[in-house]
Amino acid sequence: MTVSLLSVNATPARRPLRWPPANALIGGTLLVLLISMALVGVFWTPYDPLKIDLLSRLKAPSALHWLGTDEFGRDVLSRLIIGARTSLWISLLTVCLALFFGSVIGMLAGYLRGWTDRLLMMINDALLAFPGILMALGLMAIIGASQYGIVLALSIAYTPSVVRVVRGSVLSLREREFIEASRVIGNSEFYTLYRHIAPNCVAPLCVLATSMFGWTLLSESALSFLGLGVPPPAATWGNMLAASRPYIANATWLGLFPGLFIALALVAINLFGDALRDRLDPRMSR
Amino acid sequence: MLRFIAQRLALSVPTLLLISVVVFALIRFIPGDPALLMLGDMADPQSLASTRAALGLDHSIGVQFAYWLQSVLSGDLGVSITSKQPVLELILDRFSVSASIVLVAVLLAALIAVPAGLFAAWKQDSALDLGLVTGATLLLSIPSFWLGLLLLYAFGIKLNWLPVVGYVPFAQNPAEAVTYLVLPIVTLTLVELGAITRMARASTIEVLRLEYIAHARAKGLSERAVLWRHALPNAFAPTWTLIGLILGNLLGGIAVLETVFTLPGIGRLMVDAIYARDYPVLQGCLLLITFIYVAVNLLVDLLYPLFDPRVKL
Amino acid sequence: MPSQKPLLEVDHLLIRAGAEGPLAVNDLSFTVAPGEIVALVGESGSGKTMAARAAIGLLPLPMEVCGGAIRFEGQDLNQLSCAQLRGIRGARIGMVFQEPMVSLNPAIRIGEQMAEGLRLHTDLDKAQIRQRCVDMLTRIGITDPERCLSAYPHEFSGGMRQRIMLASVMLLRPALLIADEPTTALDCLAQLDVIELMLELTREQGTAILFISHDLSLVARYAHKVVVMRHGQAVEQGSINHILLAPQHAYTRQLLEALPKRGELAALPATDKPLVEITGVSIEHPGQARFWGQAQPKRAVHSANLCIAAGETLALVGGSGSGKTTLGRALVGLVKPCSGEIRFKGIDILKAGQRDHRLQCQMIFQDPYSSLDPRMRIGETLAEPLRHLPELSEEQKRQRVATTLVDIGLSEAFMERFPHQLSGGQRQRVAIGRALVRHPQLVIADEPISALDMTIQKQILELFERLQAQYGFACLFISHDLAAVERIAHRVAVMHQGHIVEIGSREAVFDNPLHPYTRQLLAAASPLEQLASGGYRLRPKPENLQPTP
Repeated sequence: MTVSLLSVNATPARRPLRWPPANALIGGTLLVLLISMALVGVFWTPYDPLKIDLLSRLKAPSALHWLGTDEFGRDVLSRLIIGARTSLWISLLTVCLALFFGSVIGMLAGYLRGWTDRLLMMINDALLAFPGILMALGLMAIIGASQYGIVLALSIAYTPSVVRVVRGSVLSLREREFIEASRVIGNSEFYTLYRHIAPNCVAPLCVLATSMFGWTLLSESALSFLGLGVPPPAATWGNMLAASRPYIANATWLGLFPGLFIALALVAINLFGDALRDRLDPRMSR
Repeated sequence: MLRFIAQRLALSVPTLLLISVVVFALIRFIPGDPALLMLGDMADPQSLASTRAALGLDHSIGVQFAYWLQSVLSGDLGVSITSKQPVLELILDRFSVSASIVLVAVLLAALIAVPAGLFAAWKQDSALDLGLVTGATLLLSIPSFWLGLLLLYAFGIKLNWLPVVGYVPFAQNPAEAVTYLVLPIVTLTLVELGAITRMARASTIEVLRLEYIAHARAKGLSERAVLWRHALPNAFAPTWTLIGLILGNLLGGIAVLETVFTLPGIGRLMVDAIYARDYPVLQGCLLLITFIYVAVNLLVDLLYPLFDPRVKL
Repeated sequence: MPSQKPLLEVDHLLIRAGAEGPLAVNDLSFTVAPGEIVALVGESGSGKTMAARAAIGLLPLPMEVCGGAIRFEGQDLNQLSCAQLRGIRGARIGMVFQEPMVSLNPAIRIGEQMAEGLRLHTDLDKAQIRQRCVDMLTRIGITDPERCLSAYPHEFSGGMRQRIMLASVMLLRPALLIADEPTTALDCLAQLDVIELMLELTREQGTAILFISHDLSLVARYAHKVVVMRHGQAVEQGSINHILLAPQHAYTRQLLEALPKRGELAALPATDKPLVEITGVSIEHPGQARFWGQAQPKRAVHSANLCIAAGETLALVGGSGSGKTTLGRALVGLVKPCSGEIRFKGIDILKAGQRDHRLQCQMIFQDPYSSLDPRMRIGETLAEPLRHLPELSEEQKRQRVATTLVDIGLSEAFMERFPHQLSGGQRQRVAIGRALVRHPQLVIADEPISALDMTIQKQILELFERLQAQYGFACLFISHDLAAVERIAHRVAVMHQGHIVEIGSREAVFDNPLHPYTRQLLAAASPLEQLASGGYRLRPKPENLQPTP
């Protein structure tokens, strides 16, 4: 009994499009808001964030200064806005650098194996032995506090994690049959790596990228809080928080808002990252 | 089993060696005369000369490394420029403060988070689960230094229940020491609760899907027995790895909390050393912390077979 | 069976996912009498697993019973409280599952897992429980039961684990055993082994069995009654002989006809030289890499000798661990033999450059879910092998891909689709197309149909036959199931633990097997044969064959 072409060509029913889940919506919206804030800050802020105005120091939030003023009379909201710009820019650069170098090294190590793998992993494990912040601290001690110094220090601190994840991905992909099929067709090792393995690493890399964005944001804030990050008078959320410590009793808003913004940014990144992982994982495994 | 331990220990040696190289190189990269860096600007010519000899500065860089490694292995990490104390003594002193906070906090967090994660996975997609996950995500996102500041404000200043600055060693006066430790430990516990709960929940969900869970249910076991006796041992392994990572990260990251609560811990020691250009102390801290991190990872790996017998001993 | 009150009564059962989901089980009714063996047979998506899970009250969460009833020993399971249900589970109804790799908890010792059920449902003390476990383990053939009790599951093979799971379920002497495809993940001989054991144990205790399977020929040997399911409904049910002799429903007939049978084979072109000559090839698997040196290498293939003529299909059959896959992979160059020669068209492929060989020799892999790159469209996957044919123009390549697509029976719409949008059978077609797009002379097919449903298997085999007639390639067809190759093989080679133990024409091997292992495989193969009337019956058991003189 022949089977009609129709049933052979039938595809599993298309799943109806649904509203994206709550965490993607909330996280995504928050992120968009924060990024817009940072972008706006490139061109305009309510007040000059660096202008010192000793007459208006330590004013509580009011209609004039929505989030109050700091100990130099500078508008807190304006400083938060350019702080957003600085922090997000540093995190973005760091993630891009770490992802790029980490992927290349990870893919080479995972695919070529043998002595290349052993050597690279030994160095990687030694670097991984330095807990993230510690490595950054150590590097900052040498490089000195500066914006691009932080980017360099954090990239070096986080690249080993990327290498680990990418290598793990490559190791499991290598065993899949479509990689063997590629060899049987006659493709060179390099072509297989480029055409088949790399695109399939994109999904776990996306998930890693969002996590890393959160880590670097937090690390940069922590370093600035310790005074080893972006030096004043430039504003970042971390050093604003550090400067607020002496005034915590009588000008609590100085400590409240920078930390709140860091927390909001991290919530947004975590929620969005979760939604991304849920979306990408099941599809990619089949 | 002993062979396994010996093997892993042996494998750590190259890592430790590489770490030493990195730390050594790090300090050498700083511009300036290494002897001057080690002794500070106030040093007299005699000490400078003897230090230069001890560091082997007129030899090649490889020999210098050998000299340095030798003194490290014999316990001589130099003397702090700022406090003139031997570095090793100073570090160990401070480390005990940090370690006590970190260990207690992570233990507390694990004790609360693992059952919470288990519970959330069991009731997956219910309102309770959603609440727990949201709570965990929020906790995860709050920077520890901000939370510390807020708690300090609330309990230290506004309510005046707990002291705001300072520290009393436990041996000296236990009751008072506790009051100084409560806030830092609570802050740290809250922050780590988030990550551990999420991991426990995620790995339990994975495990609950597997067939041996259905098999256990088919035997007639109660849900509680299924969760605790069958799911937990299998789900705990990734959480255990995470705890190891957290412990390692906190070895450096504790600096922020020590700053907020003005505690004499090792993180604060490092940061102060960076400010004061106290390079002997900086070097010593880097070495010690990384060695401890390697040891912690080793311990985590060695205990892994307890949770997953498939990993061969 | 004497008429008694039914043990299990499924009455117009309806199961769906949530309130408005599609129906997984639609108006299903059947009964199981005490001591009776009832088989629920159907392909994937037929609802048989859901029905089985409902019978023990273990439906996965979104699914729920929304109509009808399931009565066990007279009690409606839906009306029982959680605690009452738990009391029945294990003690009165036992269940064995499909995947031996995850059916036992890897973190708990076997003794503990076996004792758990007894502790829960009986009043026996520790010593008595231990004794019962030891007795049962001895019963299923474990030589050192004491050591087994304190061992972990991963120390045993898949077949062994299924037996242990069976043992721990039967320890509780349930009245009904639900077996959810317990042998699907095992190879031919291990399957029979486990089923025989299951039958022995249940016969001893008078336990009824509800046997879920996709393989009608497997259950035909043992079941008293069969319920054929499709899309959640029972399309036909009755006693096994009845169903076999005179199948009523078209779907049942389709299932029966999907069973491979010997057909006419295409004539082979006459050549004097074989296409492939394998002489004295031995292949070793490298031992586990350790930090200090390597462990002992394992020999997978011992001194194999084979020839494949142009255009013929040689079936290579054997159980898991027989080395058949390794040998196939050596032919395409994925593994290197440690000794011996492989000649392709007279040229030693191990010495000469690989290019011509690679062009002419392609492979179809086993798992349709992992042999296609999930990020490449079907059109791209089919076109990729043509990269190595620079003599073709772009237009010619496009033509070739389009023709191949038609040949494998898929429409043009599939060019732009991704693998995850295709079913298992469709993906396997693409894998075949990819192997054939360069018109190779030799195709190695590594268990290409094992992972598919029975009716789809038949479709793929038909496709294969047609393509072979059209393209004229030779084929090394690797399979663990002797029955599956009966349809398309010209010659058959049987492998066992790395040695080729028998090789001959299809007729010779199937009708007159010489090696005891071949006979074992044949005995495990499909027991059904078609009668002139169009019905089927169990093949009469082969006499105890005399040992070869």
